[in-house]
Amino acid sequence: MTSQVSSPAEQAVPAEQPSGAAVPSPVDAGPPPAKEVRRLDRVIIRFAGDSGDGMQLTGDRFTSETASFGNDLSTLPNFPAEIRAPAGTLPGVSSFQLHFADHDILTPGDAPDVLVAMNPAALKANLADVPRGGEIIVNTDEFAKRAMAKVGYATSPLEDGTLDAYNVHPVPLTTLTIEALKDFGLSRKESERSKNMFALGLLSWMYHRPTDNTEKFLRKKFAKKPEIAEANVAAFRAGWNFGETTEDFAVSYEVAPATSAFPAGTYRNISGNLALSYGLIAAARQADLPLYLGSYPITPASDILHELSKHKNFGVRTFQAEDEIAGIGAALGAAFGGALAVTTTSGPGVALKSETIGLAVSLELPLLIVDIQRGGPSTGLPTKTEQADLLQAMYGRNGEAPVPIVAPKTPADCFDAALDAARIALTYRTPVFLLSDGYLANGSEPWRIPEPDELPDLRTRFATGPNHTLADGTEVFWPYKRDPETLARPWAVPGTPGLEHRIGGIEKQDGTGNISYDPANHDFMVRTRQAKTDGVTVPDLTVDDPSGTARTLVLGWGSTYGPITAAVRRVRAAGDEIAQAHLRHLNPFPANLGDVLKQYDRVVVPEMNLGQLATLLRARYLVDVRSHTQVSGMPFKAAQLADVLKEAIDD
Amino acid sequence: MTEALKLVPKAEAQQTMKDFKSDQEVRWCPGCGDYAILAAVQGFMPELGLARENIVFVSGIGCSSRFPYYMNTYGMHSIHGRAPAIATGLATSRRDLSVWVVTGDGDALSIGGNHLIHALRRNVNLKILLFNNRIYGLTKGQYSPTSETGKITKSTPMGSLDAPFNPVSLAIGAEASFVARTVDSDRKHLTEVLRQAAAHPGTALVEIYQNCNIFNDGAFEPLKDRDQAKEAVIRLEHGQPIRFGADNDKGVVRDQATGDLKVVTVTPENEGDILVHDAHAASPTTAFALSRLADPDTLHQTPIGVFRSTNRPVYDTQMADQLEAAIEQKGKGDLGALLAGNDTWTVVG
Repeated sequence: MTSQVSSPAEQAVPAEQPSGAAVPSPVDAGPPPAKEVRRLDRVIIRFAGDSGDGMQLTGDRFTSETASFGNDLSTLPNFPAEIRAPAGTLPGVSSFQLHFADHDILTPGDAPDVLVAMNPAALKANLADVPRGGEIIVNTDEFAKRAMAKVGYATSPLEDGTLDAYNVHPVPLTTLTIEALKDFGLSRKESERSKNMFALGLLSWMYHRPTDNTEKFLRKKFAKKPEIAEANVAAFRAGWNFGETTEDFAVSYEVAPATSAFPAGTYRNISGNLALSYGLIAAARQADLPLYLGSYPITPASDILHELSKHKNFGVRTFQAEDEIAGIGAALGAAFGGALAVTTTSGPGVALKSETIGLAVSLELPLLIVDIQRGGPSTGLPTKTEQADLLQAMYGRNGEAPVPIVAPKTPADCFDAALDAARIALTYRTPVFLLSDGYLANGSEPWRIPEPDELPDLRTRFATGPNHTLADGTEVFWPYKRDPETLARPWAVPGTPGLEHRIGGIEKQDGTGNISYDPANHDFMVRTRQAKTDGVTVPDLTVDDPSGTARTLVLGWGSTYGPITAAVRRVRAAGDEIAQAHLRHLNPFPANLGDVLKQYDRVVVPEMNLGQLATLLRARYLVDVRSHTQVSGMPFKAAQLADVLKEAIDD
Repeated sequence: MTEALKLVPKAEAQQTMKDFKSDQEVRWCPGCGDYAILAAVQGFMPELGLARENIVFVSGIGCSSRFPYYMNTYGMHSIHGRAPAIATGLATSRRDLSVWVVTGDGDALSIGGNHLIHALRRNVNLKILLFNNRIYGLTKGQYSPTSETGKITKSTPMGSLDAPFNPVSLAIGAEASFVARTVDSDRKHLTEVLRQAAAHPGTALVEIYQNCNIFNDGAFEPLKDRDQAKEAVIRLEHGQPIRFGADNDKGVVRDQATGDLKVVTVTPENEGDILVHDAHAASPTTAFALSRLADPDTLHQTPIGVFRSTNRPVYDTQMADQLEAAIEQKGKGDLGALLAGNDTWTVVG
């Protein structure tokens, strides 16, 4: 058999390692099943097909089944920017990778154990990632001469020995689906569309996934077209039964729920963008302020706009603006009016918003700028991930315009990061960057659902009366008189009698806020705004160094947390020592960061850019760091990162 | 009080012009038309009887955009061209505010053209005062998007090549529900237009011809000089025949052949054909045709007054209605239920 089953040794150490040799083990409970069932600790499945084949939906459903079964999981959707790229071509291939396990895992996995290839293009585009011995399910119906020629197969890879090293399951998915639906009175084309559900049914059988929710989901999704709903359910069941009855699939697999990996609680599966949306709604509730989103659609941030638009019953206002500039402009206007204001975008949108972010810095109003980073420059890779907006967030404005930066590390962590960004914005009356990315946005993982009363109190106070006494005893309101501790200025919203005041982008006189071109005042105000940002309270960096004697530190930020942690586990499992730390706050840095960096002989900084954090660290702490970079649009692979860390340790 | 202002709290006591003057020294060039507009607005505000703290002036960048500093209300001097976007966020989130935008021809029609047209089509409850002096003042005298073609300026020593925008035509084309034009020096007319704009539910665009005595002095002289004005200015009044001229001897009629408007000398025979101004007409066609009467170079036959004032749904009202409807349909949001979703599993410790 293939490499699905991890060795007992690996199972003892829940490390993210390449699966080892097959060790079949009988199931201990119940009557002997008709077919052999093997128990695995982890599996990586990749569904791949044409953009129109419904691979994202298939992956989502398999994920949902897996989540409700209680496995730990991590997903990686990967699709072209074109809505429908030319059919059957390599650029048109869309895939969805899912890693699930009976223990806690950190990444969608490096290499799929199972590849489902719906056509020759999907096979060709993904084959190189499948380790030898891996399992490949192919839809043989699509391997016609022309389709194969389109992607450069002169002979059929199913017959010419290309796949000899793999465990191939040739399945005529299209024919079987059409046959299963012959009584539904659908056209051939309509029937064909359900072939992804046939594949899902087959995989659900192979991995003992619960199926009720998928059937419910299909009936709800196609509620307006009941015959299509029933056809999809029928195809799904046919796929399941095919696995159960056909000789080709002799073995099915069990991956036990990952109960021991999780603290007690109620869990759900959640993607980064959904967690971030919920974080914003929760932050508004905890601040007791209305949420206002000004946004312009952009991949991969649009789902936040879509999600928040659904929740008007929470008092959430969403405004789809005419452009990125108006999106943040409206948000800033709402912030002036006393809302928890947010704008959501990706890198190109941040570029357009820069001037308004500078205004927000100058006005000192709370504002969240959510940047779901993607490949750049310019339009770049809209559907692929990257971390290359760090320096844009840090410095991409005219003048000295410091903005705090918060970065979530996993999809579920986007929830907490949103609350944290809101805390900083409201406490310090400042715009705050929330730097997520495409990998976090679309990837998903289990999330322990917090009780609303566990959430932090974010309530803030609007100014209600005079805050300053003039020499003659007159009580006045000074819009730029600061809180001595936070250096925040008062938030006086229109509608408050007696506090009428004017703010603007021109430099303001300290205290009064009146226009001032006084050189000394400008110098003072620039330094004060910087001091306010530098003074934002962020927790110290914690270092994971089990032995306390490691000489090498790996330091990351944002979405590289999963791959880095997986790589660290590999390194440690191999007997080496390495310390790990991960930055949530990029501006200001944690106060102890400099000391942490100096404690280690070598510091490795992996980033999905050309070394932006490394540049900041070198400039700030005069510490050399080893920058390890990758800008392929894809997340790091744990195995490769482990090699990089090992090299640094041995150096 | 009108529909437009019914949610805005009223002032407790009678206000005067002085209440609306801030303590800041006004710093426009001596002789600038902005002074007259500021005085007219400060003089008009007490008439609205609104709580001063519920009035907000938002501006962009340019000479006119210093306006909010001089109003003793809430105010924001923002960035170039973006005031309508910022004001939209404020007005849609705070329906208890009376939000005014002050902008200029460069701010509103050049760098901020996109925001202006979208504010107009949405019909957000904003009053936009567009100070049009047909020149860039703050950057010292380049031609603007309303400058006449061939304008000689520092950036166009051989004359500008651009065809100018007609702001009223542009606004009507952008689905504006209220469009008016007035002149800085005619305080009575300016005040009357402000009055109607304030009462209008939705976006009101008021183009104010404003003299820049430094870089474009006398740009509107044909409309201001007593003798010339008789032939140049057409005063629009709802329900009144559109007539002007030294002896009220000119009138606007529809050309039966083309449907366009034209100016004729009024005779007993054609007197009955003179167009009666209908600012509330559902169709924008005639208002647009009126906006095309003026000669962009000589300014002859320039209509002033309210071109169009029609009721259509107001964006912020509809936005608030959707929130209410959502609560009616789904109940007030329950965070715990939202976070939990539908597919959960429980891990027992």
